[in-house]
Amino acid sequence: MSVESIDMPASREQRAVEAPVWQVRVGTRLSRVAAVAGIALVVVLAALPAFAPRNLIQDLIFVLTMLTLAQLWNVLAGWGGLVSVGQQAFVGLGAYALFAGIVMAGLDPVAAIPLAGLFAAVIAAVLGPLLFRLEGPYFAIGSWVAAEALRLICAQFKSLGGGTGMSISPSELSQMVGLKTVQALLGLRPAAARDVLVYWLALLLAVLVTLGIYAFIRSRHGLALAASRDNAAAARSVGVRTARIRHMLWIAVAFATGMVGAVVYLQKARISPDAAFSVTDWTAYVIFIVVIGGVRTIEGPMVGVLLLWGLVTYLAQYGSLYLVVLGTLAILIMLFMPRGAWGAAARRWQVQLFPTQRWLGRSR
Amino acid sequence: MSGFDTIIEGVLLGGVYALFALGLSLIFGIMRLVNLAHGDLILLAAYLVLSATTALGLPLAAASLLAVAAMFVLGFVLQRLVLERVLGDDILPPLLVTFGLSIVIQNGLLLGYGADSRRLQAGAFESSSVTLAPGLSVGLAPLMALVTAIAAVALLQLIFYRTSLGRAFRATADNPAIAQLMGINERNVYAIAVGLSLAVSVIAAVVFGIRASFDPSIGPARLLYAFEAVIIGGLGSLWGTLAGGIVLGLAQAIGGRINPEWQILAGHLAFLAVLMVRPRGLFPARRT
Repeated sequence: MSVESIDMPASREQRAVEAPVWQVRVGTRLSRVAAVAGIALVVVLAALPAFAPRNLIQDLIFVLTMLTLAQLWNVLAGWGGLVSVGQQAFVGLGAYALFAGIVMAGLDPVAAIPLAGLFAAVIAAVLGPLLFRLEGPYFAIGSWVAAEALRLICAQFKSLGGGTGMSISPSELSQMVGLKTVQALLGLRPAAARDVLVYWLALLLAVLVTLGIYAFIRSRHGLALAASRDNAAAARSVGVRTARIRHMLWIAVAFATGMVGAVVYLQKARISPDAAFSVTDWTAYVIFIVVIGGVRTIEGPMVGVLLLWGLVTYLAQYGSLYLVVLGTLAILIMLFMPRGAWGAAARRWQVQLFPTQRWLGRSR
Repeated sequence: MSGFDTIIEGVLLGGVYALFALGLSLIFGIMRLVNLAHGDLILLAAYLVLSATTALGLPLAAASLLAVAAMFVLGFVLQRLVLERVLGDDILPPLLVTFGLSIVIQNGLLLGYGADSRRLQAGAFESSSVTLAPGLSVGLAPLMALVTAIAAVALLQLIFYRTSLGRAFRATADNPAIAQLMGINERNVYAIAVGLSLAVSVIAAVVFGIRASFDPSIGPARLLYAFEAVIIGGLGSLWGTLAGGIVLGLAQAIGGRINPEWQILAGHLAFLAVLMVRPRGLFPARRT
């Protein structure tokens, strides 16, 4: 039966099949505006070194690297249910791989960054199957033990400073790829130019990681990940390979975390096992950012990192008291505002700049 | 003889690790809560005892009893006011709350007591030793640690399998909903479990504080040792936890004998090795 021969009621039915009444939507009009604003913000941030003072650039390196770590932890723990308290392992491994690449292999620092990520990913691939034997909450402490073991192993390398650590001299970094260009472009001395270069690398990583996670969460793989977290047995029954998707996520997050570690320690130019594998610096702060901003949202870590930056600026001088305040704040937020600042605001005013939920709506 | 010394040292050290682990094992077994602040709570207990002996001038035994009572109340209140609100199907909130608590306690102790190393004073007891066999004498304090650990496991076993409280614990652990139908107050059972966990932690703190000096930063390491002992021993078995502590102590003592820098690392590697070959631990509970 050809289409031409169908009578009127049937052709109406035909139209209904072409345009279903119900449709799954993720994007909103606001999210498209946010995307444009986001691009504009990135352009402004990229141009910032041309006129911003050096200490602002240094602050922003902190903000961007912490943001990247927070986004990574958020996808791992929030969406993936792999609550790791051992992400400092991969920051430290990335940092140590960078230093080993520069000092022992004579690599260019910028070229050593992806290799540092790769190194962290390889170690994660080895550790993953072991740690995944620990169920749910025990995985958290297991990852912490792994990080401590790696810290102690790194402290054994005497050529990388052993337990006390080492520095890289500025002369070793002066031949870095891109440094001369930045110096010429902005008319800066090598030390300031290095900050700018690291800043751009940090910005690049933050943008790529955020976009990558956003795209991943909105894809069917993101849905499969959330399903594995919520009910592994049910997810498996509809064909999701839960173990595989978690293992791949764990390795990918370690890869990016390792690169962030390398970027952070390229700026610091000084490393020690205690600092590079610090649970406070690389996991507690990161968890604080995600909790205060909002777990399982793309915007949450962005809000959280700005709040942390404010607290660091005004309270860090108080040392221990500052950490008591941060910890108490995180507990209170978990108790009374479990969705975090952004999560609560988004719910209250129904705004989503980077929507990840799927809405079932009537098609127009 | 030096090899034998190392084994004795490891076994005695294992007693302390088992004591660290009992409290962690207890609340995980009953309420599936992993308390990331466990190590820092042990440290808090040690400082409580320290303050009671120095500021109030109490003898160590009285100070310990006072701390047991105080920590039990703290655990009860902590469960009722904080942990109870976040326990549920999602594992993230309780982990984050206890992690936050760990940071708060650790830095709170740093504010209150400073970063100096402290030690509990037990008089002549801490330096005296007993001769077990000709040519083999053992420090009384380390020996007491192991004996205390064995006694604590035996006592907890007794509570678990011979009292109505233990029956309530086991019933709630198996199925909280049905336990409630049978007239068990689930909220109280959980709060008592956390209280008991912290009370046991006081014993761990005293035994540890006599043997070694401590400062506020070492809490997380206590948590990791406790956790390793639980996993090495096998989930759900208190005697297994004691054995796990001893295996961990042995691994550390042997590693430390080869090279002092490898002591802690050897413990971590032993843990990872057990995870590789016996993921359910060496002595898992027969019941699942």
